[in-house]
Amino acid sequence: MSQTPPPRKSFIVRNPSVLYFLAALALFTVFVAVMSEATGTGLISTSFVKTLGKTLCFCLIAIAMDVVWGYCGILSLGHFAFFGIGGYAIGMWLMYARTELIVAQSLAGQVIPPTQQEVTDAIGKQIFGVVGSSDFPAIWMFADSLFMQLAIVVLVPGLLALVFGWLAFRSRVTGVYLSILTQAMTLALALYLFQNDSGLRGNNGLSGLQNIPGFADSGQDVISLVFFLASAAALALGYVVFAWITDSKLGNIIQAIRDDESRVRFLGYHVESYKLFVFTITAIVAGIAGALYYPQAGIINPAEVAPIASIYLAVWVAIGGRGRLYGAVIGAALVSLLSSWFTGGGAPDIDLGFYKIQWVDWWLVLLGVTFALVTLFAPKGIGGLFDKLVRKS
Amino acid sequence: MTTLLEMSGISKNFDGFQAITNLSLQIGEPELRAVIGPNGAGKTTFMDIITGKTKPDEGRILFGDDSRSLIGMSESEIASLGIGRKFQKPTVFEAQTVRENLAMALKNPRAVFSVLLYRKTSKGAERIEEIADEINLTDQLTRPAGELSHGQKQWLEIGMLLAQSPRLLLVDEPAAGMTAHEREHTTDILKKAAKTRAVIVVEHDMEFVRRLNCKVTVLHEGSVLAEGSLDHVTKNKTVVDVYLGRTDAGD
Repeated sequence: MSQTPPPRKSFIVRNPSVLYFLAALALFTVFVAVMSEATGTGLISTSFVKTLGKTLCFCLIAIAMDVVWGYCGILSLGHFAFFGIGGYAIGMWLMYARTELIVAQSLAGQVIPPTQQEVTDAIGKQIFGVVGSSDFPAIWMFADSLFMQLAIVVLVPGLLALVFGWLAFRSRVTGVYLSILTQAMTLALALYLFQNDSGLRGNNGLSGLQNIPGFADSGQDVISLVFFLASAAALALGYVVFAWITDSKLGNIIQAIRDDESRVRFLGYHVESYKLFVFTITAIVAGIAGALYYPQAGIINPAEVAPIASIYLAVWVAIGGRGRLYGAVIGAALVSLLSSWFTGGGAPDIDLGFYKIQWVDWWLVLLGVTFALVTLFAPKGIGGLFDKLVRKS
Repeated sequence: MTTLLEMSGISKNFDGFQAITNLSLQIGEPELRAVIGPNGAGKTTFMDIITGKTKPDEGRILFGDDSRSLIGMSESEIASLGIGRKFQKPTVFEAQTVRENLAMALKNPRAVFSVLLYRKTSKGAERIEEIADEINLTDQLTRPAGELSHGQKQWLEIGMLLAQSPRLLLVDEPAAGMTAHEREHTTDILKKAAKTRAVIVVEHDMEFVRRLNCKVTVLHEGSVLAEGSLDHVTKNKTVVDVYLGRTDAGD
């Protein structure tokens, strides 16, 4: 047939939005880098660079959520658990390695050189003193190895998602029941972490993560910029990978699963394998996002893993617009930045005379109302409005 | 004509409701077969059992040259053996284009990673054009399937079945909601498909069945009541009583 098929276009030509996104991200990154304190201009404070870097990590987990929910139709309320696991994994190394340096320094003055056992005991006492212990639990086995902890950042969320997903999808748990199940998983993890004998310092969590071992001489201005750039690179890479996946034939299949799962089965596709693939790969990306986030946040505690965080994630993606990756980025960036502006005292309180609206309390109400309005009047979210504008012009 | 599908002694009970009782049926290859019967005769359960959606309580189903048993296989396994199914309500993927719908159905490897790394081939594109031509949707290929008319959706779904290149095609009420003109075209598609494969059509509309001009199986209370040409079965006294006599037996 000569009139068909149309010549196969390249991935970028078919998805111009990827290029626009990468260009916008690059511009933004260069802008922030130039304006940061590290380069001397100092128009953007170090703490705001950290906020922006953390926001990029939120954008990364949001596109993962968009793939699993917006494209594949699995409303997971567990992806922040994977994010938290990534954070804990990197946090263990950060805390261990830094404490080791401090202990080595303080013991250096002794006449008799300390034995290895004494050093280990001293590190354990430093780290676990707050929960009345000084022994290293088994899960800290690899904490002295950055390489192993980085492997854990990827492996533990991946394996947990694989096993959990396999059990859930195989039993054909779908829809709201699956959401509840993922939420139960998240809650179980948070409750476990809250225990003092969990081996992860209970509700104290891990702290001092902003201090990178071996870089004590570098100021936070430089460290924050490095993590900001790393977060931007991770977001760019994640965006390209997910855009490629959703553009592939597999992207068609997972959207078909979202719209009519049993019909896909009768086409001969093993639906469970597809869901498992998407669930696992997005969990891994969530873990990586977490590992980049917590060194910028400085502290991780079990409250971060609580189910509410995963619900926020769903709200970001819904407001930003499901089923379009840039929508998830817009939603996550906008809502999380607004959230810290409103709750951080940035927004001026409104005095109505008889009542004073304090945004710290009222932000959640505003967010809830916005969410309801978006769901009712713009079900495709901000990304959907964006699409309309582009098509009109 | 060799036997492609052989069902024997199939029974299925849903919490006390006997949907299928000792049902036996054989389909050859190629063959066009119409299955008719009043509401609750077990037509849908019959299809559910073949396609693996419902597991029968007893009986056996053998398929293909090496007579493989379908019992215990999953829906996707049965589908990849070469059994395609069209549902009563047209179920196409509305958010995706006609071309994407057909491409998903094309007979290609179905495993996750081969689908992820799949690259479109000109052979696949040609096959899509061919099917689109057959189902009258050539100029609709780039449209989202959700924008098609009801009849076009029915055709698209039949097209998706053809794209799977199944050996056995199960079609549930293909003419429902179609105009007279659309019905005629549907008859042609089905007749043509049945030249090279087995096609089972479940239908209420007698006029449509007459136009198919094929062997008819009458189901009643979950088992075969009569089998033969339409003229033959309509002469059967019991058939007239349970089904044709009840002209109000609706959809």
